[in-house]
Amino acid sequence: MTSLFADFLSSLSLLNVSLAFMGVLAGIIIGALPGLSATMAVAVLVPFTFSLNPSSALIVLGAVYTGAIFGGSWSAILINTPGTPSAVATTFDGYAMAKNGNGDLAMSISCMSSFVGGIVGVICLALFAPPLASISLAFGPTEYFWLAILGLTLISTLAEGDNIKSLIGACFGLFLSMIGISVVGGDMRLTGNISFLNSGIEIVSAMIGLFCIPVILDLTSLKGKHLTESDAPKSLRLVEAFSIMFKNKFESLKGSLIGTFIGILPGAGGSIASIVSYGEAKRTSKKKDNFGKGEPEGLIASETANNATVGGGFIPTLCLGIPGTPPDAVILGALLIQGIKTGDTLFTQQSDIVYTFIFGLALATIIMLPLGLVMGRYAYKFIIRVPKEILIPSIIFLTIIGSYSIQNSILNVYFMFFFGLIGWVLNRAGFKASPIVLGLVLGGIAEQGFVQAYIIGNAQDAILANFFARPISAAIIFMILIGLFYPIFKDKFFKKKELIHD
Amino acid sequence: MIKLKSIISKIIASSIILIMSIAYANAQLTNIIPFGPGGESDVTARLQQKYYKEMFNEDMVIQYKPGGGGAVAWQTLNSEKNDGSVIMGANLPHIIMQPMANKEKAGYTTSDLNVFNFFHYTPDAILVEASSPHKTFKDLVAFAKKNPGKLTLSGSGTYSANHLLTIQLEQKAGIKTTYVPFKGTGAANQALLGKQVEGSAGYSTIGIQLGDKARVLAIASDKRLPAFPNVPTLKELGYDIVSGAYRGYALPKSTSTATKKKLSDRLMKINADKNFIKTMEDGGYVVVNIGHDQVNKFMAEQKKINESIAKSLGLIK
Repeated sequence: MTSLFADFLSSLSLLNVSLAFMGVLAGIIIGALPGLSATMAVAVLVPFTFSLNPSSALIVLGAVYTGAIFGGSWSAILINTPGTPSAVATTFDGYAMAKNGNGDLAMSISCMSSFVGGIVGVICLALFAPPLASISLAFGPTEYFWLAILGLTLISTLAEGDNIKSLIGACFGLFLSMIGISVVGGDMRLTGNISFLNSGIEIVSAMIGLFCIPVILDLTSLKGKHLTESDAPKSLRLVEAFSIMFKNKFESLKGSLIGTFIGILPGAGGSIASIVSYGEAKRTSKKKDNFGKGEPEGLIASETANNATVGGGFIPTLCLGIPGTPPDAVILGALLIQGIKTGDTLFTQQSDIVYTFIFGLALATIIMLPLGLVMGRYAYKFIIRVPKEILIPSIIFLTIIGSYSIQNSILNVYFMFFFGLIGWVLNRAGFKASPIVLGLVLGGIAEQGFVQAYIIGNAQDAILANFFARPISAAIIFMILIGLFYPIFKDKFFKKKELIHD
Repeated sequence: MIKLKSIISKIIASSIILIMSIAYANAQLTNIIPFGPGGESDVTARLQQKYYKEMFNEDMVIQYKPGGGGAVAWQTLNSEKNDGSVIMGANLPHIIMQPMANKEKAGYTTSDLNVFNFFHYTPDAILVEASSPHKTFKDLVAFAKKNPGKLTLSGSGTYSANHLLTIQLEQKAGIKTTYVPFKGTGAANQALLGKQVEGSAGYSTIGIQLGDKARVLAIASDKRLPAFPNVPTLKELGYDIVSGAYRGYALPKSTSTATKKKLSDRLMKINADKNFIKTMEDGGYVVVNIGHDQVNKFMAEQKKINESIAKSLGLIK
C-alpha cells in the first residue's frame, strides 16, 4: 500500500498536474466539436509525447481521452448531436432538458455523472484489472452476436413515440450497416458501383447528418430561439444538480458499473454501454414515463456509463494488449514506442508506470469536474445568447469541418448533408434518428458475430450448441427474453390484480 | 453582451487555428496513412517520423485516410500533389489483392499506385494460446490431418496476408483448415486468447504484444527473427512460404523520377540507422530495403504468388 501511495505522489508532480490540466482542457474542446473524435485528439498528440518520459506521456494521453469523452456530451445536450456513438443516449434526455430550459442543469449533471463514472471506472482498473480482463475473454463471437441483439431489443425501450416507426427505423439502420465490403467473405454488397461506398456507411458523418441537420433546418425555418433560458439567474445550479445526483446515487453507481463492465469488451463496449445503461435505468425507474422528455435520471445513466468505459476499456488494453476502444489502440501504439510491454507483467514488473498512469487518469477525472462545470456554463451561455444568424452558420461550419476530418475527404461532407436531408424528411414523418443509428452501429457487430460463430460452430459440428449452450450466451438470451416478454406478463399480472380488487 | 460574444468567438476561432497550426506547422512531408491511427502502418510511420526530423530537419506530418481496407485513400492518390510533398502508405498484399478480387469495383488498379519503396514487413505467424495442447507446429499439422476442417484459425480480414497464409499452408502441407476472419487484429487476438479458436494466423508482432499469453509456433519469414530466436521458420519446417504484410510508400503517377529517387534514398537512410533497426526488430518487424530501383521487380514477384492463391480461391481464372 505504501508503494501505491508513493506512485500516487509521483504522479502529482507539477509537470504531470499541469499536463493533465491541459490535456483535459484540449480534450473537452475537441470532444465537444461534432466529428472531432477522441481517437483523433489522442493521435494528434502522440508525436508531442515522444519527448516526455513514459509516465507523463501516458498521463497527457489519458487526460485528453477522458476530456474528449466528456466533451461529447456537450454537443449532445446543446445541439442534439452526439459526437461519438457512445453519446447517442445522452441526446434523449440531455437535449430534452435543454429544450425545457434546463440546459444549464443538464450540463452540470452531465459533468458530475461523467466524474462519477470516470472515477468508478478508474477504481475498477486499479483494483480488479486482471480478473476483469479474463472475463472479457469469455466473450466470443456468439456472445457479441447476442449482445448486439440485446441492444436492438432495447430500441423498443428507448424509443420515444411510435414503437412501429422505431422498428422500421432500426431495420433501415440494419440495412445501411450491410453496405460495403463484408468483413467475413470480402463480398461487395449494395454499393451500386460507387467505390466510395466500398468501405461502408461511415457512422460518425451519418450520425452528424441524421441528428444535427434536422435541428438546424428547424432552427432556420421556425421563429423563436434555439433553446429557452432558465429563470434561474447566472449560476451553475450546482446545489440543484448535486441534490439530484445525491438522490440518484444508486442509479449513478449502477450506470458506472454497467459502463465499466461493458467497457471491458473490446470493439463493442463504448457504443453499447450507454444504451444498455439507459435501457436498464428506464426499465427500473419509478419515473419511467418521463424518460425522453427531460428526465435527469436518463442523462445520469448515459453519462456515467460512457465515461466509465474509459477505465473499463484500458483493462484489456493493459492486461491483454488488445485495445478496448479505438483511442486505446492509439495509446497502445504509443506504449510500444515508449518501450512498454503490455500484459500481466505490466502490473508486476512495470507497476510504477502502470499505477502512475492509473492515478493520472484519476487526476484527470478529478480536474475535469471543476473545469467541466465552469467551461460548460460558458458553452451553454454562448449557445443560448448568440443570435441565430451567428449560431446557425457556426454549427454548420463545425459539422462540415467535423465530417471532413473523419477521413480527410469531402465525400464525407456530401454524405453528411445527404443523411441530414433523409433525417429531416423522416423526422417530419415521425421517425427518430436514434433507432437508425443504433441499427447501423449494432448491425455490423451482430452480423460479424453471427457469421463467425456459425463458421466456428460448423467446424466443430456443433452450430446450435455454439449459439445456445454457452453459459454467458444463455444469460444474455435470458435478458433478451425478459426485455421482450416482461411488459406482456406484467400487463396480465396487473390486470388480474385489479380484477381481484374490484 | 456584445463583448462577451466577441471574446468567446475569438477564443473559439483561435483555438481552432491553434489546433490546425499544431497539426500543420512547418508541413514538409505529408504522410497519408490509408488506415486509422494505432495500426502497424501508423506505428511504424511514427517510428520513422522521429528520424526524418533528425536526419533531414523536416517534419513528417502523419494524416489518416482510413476506409475500405486502404482503398478509400488509394483511389485518391493521383489527385494529390506530385512535387514529392505528399506520400501515401502502400501495403502488400492489399494493393494487389483488392483490385484482383473486386475488379473495377475496387476503385483503383495496382498500376495506379506509383510505389517507390518497401521498408519493412511483418511476417505472418502461427500462434496458439499459452495453454494449448499444440506444443509445436508439427502437433498442429497432425491435428489438422486427423480432423480435416476442425483446425479453426482466427485472423484479420478476408483476402488479407493472414488469410493468404492459411491458403498457402493448406496447399503446401496438404491440410484443411477453417479460417475465421475478424475485423482487425485486436478482435482476432481476443478470439485466440479466449480459446474461441484453436489458433491464429496472425503476425510476428502479435507474439510480442500478447507476451506469454500466446505461443508462436512458426513464422513465415526468410530467417529466424531476433525477437523470437527459438521459433522456427516455416522454411525450416519444410514449407517454402515467406509471407506477410509489406509496407512501403507510393507517390502520384506523374511524380518525376528524381523526386522518387530522393524520397526513396531518404527513407533508405532511416532504414540503415542502427537504433531504428533495433526498435523495429524488438517490435517483431523485419526491416527490408527495397528501394525505387528494385520495387518493380519485387512487385512482379509478389503478384505472381498472389495470382496463384487467387486462382485456388476461385477469384480469377
